[in-house]
Amino acid sequence: MSKSVIVIGGGIAGMEASAYLSAMGFNVTLFEKDEKLGGHLLNWERLFPTKRLGSEVLTFLKKGMDDKIKVHTNSNITKINSENGKYFVTNDNNEIFEADALLITTGYDLFDARRKEEYGYGIYDNVITSAELETMFLSGKPIVNKQGKVPKRIGFVHCVGSRDRKVGNVYCSKVCCVTAVKQATEIREHLPECETYCFYMDLRMYGAKFEELYNEAQEKYGVTFIRGRLSEANETIDGSLLVKVEDTLVGRPLKMTVDLLVLMVGFEPSKGTKDIAKILNLSTNSNGFIEVADEHTLTNVTNLKGVFVAGTTTSPRTITNTINDARAAAAEIACYLNLYTIQSRNN
Amino acid sequence: MADFGYKIQEDRQINYDSNDRTLFYFLKRVEPSISLCIGCGTCSATCTAGQFTQFDLHKIMLYVRRGEKVHIANEIKKCMLCGKCSLVCPKGINTRNIIFQTRKFIHSNK
Repeated sequence: MSKSVIVIGGGIAGMEASAYLSAMGFNVTLFEKDEKLGGHLLNWERLFPTKRLGSEVLTFLKKGMDDKIKVHTNSNITKINSENGKYFVTNDNNEIFEADALLITTGYDLFDARRKEEYGYGIYDNVITSAELETMFLSGKPIVNKQGKVPKRIGFVHCVGSRDRKVGNVYCSKVCCVTAVKQATEIREHLPECETYCFYMDLRMYGAKFEELYNEAQEKYGVTFIRGRLSEANETIDGSLLVKVEDTLVGRPLKMTVDLLVLMVGFEPSKGTKDIAKILNLSTNSNGFIEVADEHTLTNVTNLKGVFVAGTTTSPRTITNTINDARAAAAEIACYLNLYTIQSRNN
Repeated sequence: MADFGYKIQEDRQINYDSNDRTLFYFLKRVEPSISLCIGCGTCSATCTAGQFTQFDLHKIMLYVRRGEKVHIANEIKKCMLCGKCSLVCPKGINTRNIIFQTRKFIHSNK
């Protein structure tokens, strides 16, 4: 009988790893807490740096999900026991599933912007998050502020909830810089008359075609980049926002009003990730994500034998890197279950 | 009147809403590469004029972009149009043309 793997979390990593594991002949059971598979990808219209549709990537992932994969949606894990190298997973329907290996792909949650009170999210009408702007794009409706007016000027605040000791997140969330650049250019496409401003600490354009998108944003789309971290945003009488920032390249404080302020919210380990870590007694790193056995060589291996991780469960990463990581995890699990000798390196 | 040595400090804030950015919009139109500047300072580091006078091209351009008043006519005179700044710019900005166009703008608005 072929060996079985339980994958917990049906986002990008969970779907892609399930597809590979099933293709390799393992019995795969995939659990997803929500109604649909796809995770955060369901909420993003277009993807950086190419601005292709997110739904295209989702279609690709779905094609990998063959009929042999047993998918349980609306299903939360409540208990996991281990005995003689086997794992017994209980869901909230009190059903018990058996597996030879576990893959944790519970991913991330977006930072709750209310925790950066000085930016006024949840207090002022026209302060929104990057995810909410994406929902606006996805809806296909006109881009308007809370008063129903077409914005003439939009500000993007980078690093909200990232690289910020005050909120307890010292790490970079990796995707927000380029997402801001992408969204600012999209705004210019939707509303050619609307000025767009990015307030950044430094721009991390590390990925393939990121720098090109940044150059295009400056030259073709006329997005203005102001280096400085916003100190505060205040609502004016007409509902617009007065932002204060040190223009660190000029070396002087700057103030301007914007009609809409978009906060580029970062990644945090998801509730699901934290719950599973607790249930299994998985080690977490200083950032709260799941600790991997070796940062360079064993990035899908955890402190527990037979329990593997992939995607944003271990750190923030892009879709490209999540898909790669999911395939890597599938290979790692196959080596483990098939007792390939290469496995001996891991000890 | 006795001078007590007190005076009112001027506001140092850049007021983006009220500033006039006509020159920047003109430069953006005639030399779009101006938008690519990231303020790395390579132009200023290689500038011969900057070695002997207070001339700092990327800083002047930043002021122009923000609509801050600088004595641009006086400043830009210091440049000898040697074009070394264009050679070293990592973003391929035609800095020499920016200065040239700025002079033209100032001349036509006299």
